[in-house]
Amino acid sequence: MEQTIRQTWAFVFRGYHLTRRYLSWVIVFNFYALVTSATVALIGVAAQDYQLTLTLVVGALLWNFMSTLYNEIAMSIAYERWEGTLEYTFMAPVSRFIHLLGISLFSLFNSIIQTVIVLAGLLILTDLNLSGANLLGVLVTISISAVAFVGLGLMAAVLPVMSPERGAEATHIFQGSLLLVSGVYYPVEVLPKWLQPLSALSPATYTLSACRKLIGIGNSGSTREHLVSAPLSAVTRELVVLTIMGAVLMPLGLWVFGKVEIWAKRHGKLKRTG
Amino acid sequence: MKYPAIEVYNLKKSFRKRNGFWKAKRSWALDDVSFTVGQGETYGLLGPNGSGKSSLIRILSTLLIADSGEVRLLGHALPEEQKAVRRIIGRVSVDAAFYKKLSARENLLYTALLYGQKARTAERRALDILERLGLEDNKFSTPLEEMSRGMQQKISIARALVINPPLLLLDEPTTGLDPKSRRDVQAFLEELRRQEGRTILLTTHDMAEAERLCARIGFLARGKLVAEGTANQLKELAHAETLDDAFIKLTGEKLADEEKGNEEVEMVGEV
Repeated sequence: MEQTIRQTWAFVFRGYHLTRRYLSWVIVFNFYALVTSATVALIGVAAQDYQLTLTLVVGALLWNFMSTLYNEIAMSIAYERWEGTLEYTFMAPVSRFIHLLGISLFSLFNSIIQTVIVLAGLLILTDLNLSGANLLGVLVTISISAVAFVGLGLMAAVLPVMSPERGAEATHIFQGSLLLVSGVYYPVEVLPKWLQPLSALSPATYTLSACRKLIGIGNSGSTREHLVSAPLSAVTRELVVLTIMGAVLMPLGLWVFGKVEIWAKRHGKLKRTG
Repeated sequence: MKYPAIEVYNLKKSFRKRNGFWKAKRSWALDDVSFTVGQGETYGLLGPNGSGKSSLIRILSTLLIADSGEVRLLGHALPEEQKAVRRIIGRVSVDAAFYKKLSARENLLYTALLYGQKARTAERRALDILERLGLEDNKFSTPLEEMSRGMQQKISIARALVINPPLLLLDEPTTGLDPKSRRDVQAFLEELRRQEGRTILLTTHDMAEAERLCARIGFLARGKLVAEGTANQLKELAHAETLDDAFIKLTGEKLADEEKGNEEVEMVGEV
């Protein structure tokens, strides 16, 4: 057990020190995330519509969190192939579950920190008032949805095992598609009819829908000064769907990863590329 | 029972190389290779680029799955017992792949943690290895990107040893090093062999290095083990003055003449 904890910690240790060494880039990325979120949220401020502002803020924050989590996990294998260290990680007597758990844990820390920074910036720039919002319910929803996003990240992480460059490209295409169909900044109903069914497949759709209800967006009783939020029981459907997605995507991601690892070892695909 | 540290029997590995959109050509990286390495022995594999040395090391390192054949490391069969094998091997590759932004300390501690070791014990061990390799203490906290190729390769050797494996797989560890670094690494490997009785499989282009460090040497050409024996036996076999000449004679003849090559393959095990 002690050994397993150390092995899991190895990935957090590595991620922490890499973040420290690339601190200037981390600051740049956080600044960019804050600015893009703020520019979206300020559209609501300009329209003098606090409900629209809140809708955009929630979209920007959650998308920031979910996309960072997904992207960090999905790209971790690509980074290792570019550095040439993937062979050494795969040579270590660490199970793939622990390997990917370690990567996911660090990605989760990273996503939370980045989201807190963006939230702090938005609170300064948009004069938001969240009194009355069911923030505990939001936390529960995000925690459940994180499992589904980790599963998606694991599935995407196999792509750079097959081809670092093409895999990284596909990872970003998939991330962009999620942004399009999940109703991050607009209701999914505004999408073309043929595209709307895809929104049902994205965990982000349910996360956003639940969080907006829990904050009080769309509730006729909510005012700028005080929000009237829904209780957690009001988003049971979304939570059940997210739980099922997590329960399916996480083991599926690990299974797919295992299969692709064997394929890569048969075809000599673990070598450094890039 | 004392079984060989490395057992390789009838090992075959091929790769399909795409030739146009539809066609693919199969090329043999390893073609029916068999050899054994005793516990505590240093065995050298010599071969030109593309002869299959790195593929062989990758198979032994659990990074590549062979098409057929048997491989056992300290009695553990591959690929079935790869988890057990991973605990007993350390590998150094020619390209010293690291997180270049991280310091030597951070890279080595990361490796130690991956193997479930305590950071403090690993740090002491890493410092000891680096000192024996002739690296100054202050380099321990220097990012790898600020180090010379020779220093990086010394860190690479420390990474393989920090987990204290009984079996070392060294894939051209001195290629591209300056003479001083090469001497340091060779002296260290000799010390490892002499004092610690560790089993070492070494691939190299450097004949003098192979002669100095290896109890037995195998010549690998076009994926086939052409001949093996002690340096003197190989020279005798090839009627050559030097190991260089023996290598050229044995592998060159093999490359030029397929029939002769088959005879040479049969020589394996007889020397």
